[in-house]
Amino acid sequence: MNILIQGGRVIDPANQLDNVTNLYISDGKILAVGEAPDNFSADQIIDASNKVVCPGFIDLSAHTCEPGPSQKGSIKTESDAAVAGGVTTLMTPPTTAPVIDTSAVAELIKDRCEEAGKMQILPMGALTKGLDGEQLAPMAALASSGCVAFSNCRKPVANSLILMRCLEYAATHDLLVVFQAQDEALAKGGSMHDGSTCTRLGLNGIPESAETIEVARCLLMAEQTGVRAHFGQLSCERSVRMISEARERGLPVTADVSIQNLLLTDENVNGFNNDFHLIPPLRSQLDRAGLIQGLLSGTIQAICSDHQPHERAAKEAPFADTESGMIGLETLLSLTLILVEQNMLELPQLIEKLTSAPAEILGLETGTLTVGKPANIAIFDQEMEWALNAETCHSRGKNTPFMDYPLKGRVCTTLFKGKVVYQLED
Amino acid sequence: MFEQTDPNQIQLTEEGELKHFITTEGLSRELLTEILDTADSFVDMSAKQVKKVPLLRGKTVVNLFFEASTRTLSTFELAAKRLSADVLNLNISTSSTSKGETLKDTLMTLHAMHSDMFVVRHSSSGAAHFIAEHVTPDVAVINAGDGRHAHPTQAMLDMLTIRQAKGDFAPLTVAIVGDILHSRVARSQIHALRTLGVNEIRVIAPNTLLPRNIETLGVKVFTNMQEGIKDVDVVMMLRLQKERMNTALLPSESEFYKLYGLTMDKLRLAKPDAVVMHPGPINRGVEIASSVADGDRSLILDQVTNGIAVRMAVMSMSMSGQMKSRGNEL
Repeated sequence: MNILIQGGRVIDPANQLDNVTNLYISDGKILAVGEAPDNFSADQIIDASNKVVCPGFIDLSAHTCEPGPSQKGSIKTESDAAVAGGVTTLMTPPTTAPVIDTSAVAELIKDRCEEAGKMQILPMGALTKGLDGEQLAPMAALASSGCVAFSNCRKPVANSLILMRCLEYAATHDLLVVFQAQDEALAKGGSMHDGSTCTRLGLNGIPESAETIEVARCLLMAEQTGVRAHFGQLSCERSVRMISEARERGLPVTADVSIQNLLLTDENVNGFNNDFHLIPPLRSQLDRAGLIQGLLSGTIQAICSDHQPHERAAKEAPFADTESGMIGLETLLSLTLILVEQNMLELPQLIEKLTSAPAEILGLETGTLTVGKPANIAIFDQEMEWALNAETCHSRGKNTPFMDYPLKGRVCTTLFKGKVVYQLED
Repeated sequence: MFEQTDPNQIQLTEEGELKHFITTEGLSRELLTEILDTADSFVDMSAKQVKKVPLLRGKTVVNLFFEASTRTLSTFELAAKRLSADVLNLNISTSSTSKGETLKDTLMTLHAMHSDMFVVRHSSSGAAHFIAEHVTPDVAVINAGDGRHAHPTQAMLDMLTIRQAKGDFAPLTVAIVGDILHSRVARSQIHALRTLGVNEIRVIAPNTLLPRNIETLGVKVFTNMQEGIKDVDVVMMLRLQKERMNTALLPSESEFYKLYGLTMDKLRLAKPDAVVMHPGPINRGVEIASSVADGDRSLILDQVTNGIAVRMAVMSMSMSGQMKSRGNEL
């Protein structure tokens, strides 16, 4: 199968490419960029004029809820949502039910993903068995079953000695550890950032220190053990500064941030809008500015969706009684383009944060249009105006404050391994 | 991003009349004064032989208490009956939620029974807001306390009590003392006092009982009781809620009493004609001395009397606004 993607603005940050040109695909791989290879005859031609052609997006945090509560989502439904958002690879955290602490669960996810056949789901393994923080999970076995990183998610390993052992063991096998930093006691019972809005609404707050204390502890342990560490979904300006200092000291630490924490603040919770019940919480203007600064300086390399689908009932209760999280796969591109619109980032820089940078963190061969690599590609119209609505939304969850919100920039076509897996209908 | 409309507008009709009563925040001085004036007329009426008016005749009021309460529930019940409503009291904490029914399901069931007003107390902040906005916007919702967020009828009965004792709000310095962190009463009092234009609002508590950035609500913060109570006109004590003392907030009740309990000695630092209030039930010897609670400066029992009148006022006003927004006058 030969495909020609014609006349698009091809942006490939890994190769510093930004040109209006043609892209040639054969046998699921990138065959050539620019000049047509000898004897190439296209079976399919995709007209990409006035559109951007770039590597498929790589999302470092999206819940697919399988195995687990099927009323929230499944690998099939959330794969559909992913490719509609141009996402061809996502990493899913181990907070499935059962958790990803055995090879069987990791392999089940891989099998279901292959059955769906639309994109790549990379399981993140549990750092400790059952995420209980007591006994090491079989990390080496999980890695050979496809787990690309290990995390205890937002259930920090309370016992520092056990955490140290986890990191030493991960370092032994050169495995990546992901910290979603949150001190359990300080965050307990909290549902939003501990600030003026929280005080007015009378909700339990989650102070910055719930994140920063855990970031500090994990940085010190990463330094001592030499483990490769990544901080997922930062929310505090102070965390960015600590990670920046650690990187200046030469520590191999990386970080990502969710698009919602880059765009919104705790003031959005005003009026008890349950769609803004997010963990990590939306924080202050100062924190938001710090996260953007971190993104620009390179302390934060990647932007993720932190996609978390929920059934309607999970969001229909007083604020603190609802489940936290919002869906984000289908709005990832449109929302990140707001950063370009506001002149914070150039378009190629943004695409780097969604493709080559997360690929590098996970050590993937994708996230680029280099000849010979898998043809995972997103084609989007930067100017197209649209809105996500409950009928056309692919995710099983409809929980996002951006439902029916006017958006700009939409994915038109997504290719996975050289196959069109999503095509926007006219 | 997301132009914010004032979330407190959901309790008002397009004409600016009350149709729910959820929080004192965001209501105009005129509206708060109207509540006080209406309540005043009911205070006079309650002292008469025949205590009933037909303002809610034929209407069904459901008191939905998801949290235990004696005093608030009984004053709401009396208020509704004096307005000639049919009243149903439901103590939900012991019924449907223990069978796994969601709050929304419970409300929808009661809605199907054609209730006209829900008086709701719930342990979660935002519960009244949630019901009024998302569940039953066409039933008047009166907030009888939601989590730590608001207890607006308590605040308004306190305002009525202050007005009766002091006349004018403008020259007053008011101190609120005790567990500010967990107090929905304090939050509602602060918004009401600010809107009614008092000279100064102080909060007095140790740092463990003060919420983050409380000064942004327009109050002066004191951690020393002697300094905070100096020359105030009104002292509003808060109940130290033992059931919420589940974390290390205070070393002991006795230490709290020593530092923040209202004794005659501390009260002497306030203005000579300063009055003392407490939303009840009081913990004698924990936040207030018996000699103060029972003394001639105490307005605690006046607050209870005013509670019925204020609840009658907000119930009749909200029902009237609700009927108008439904398209039929009461």
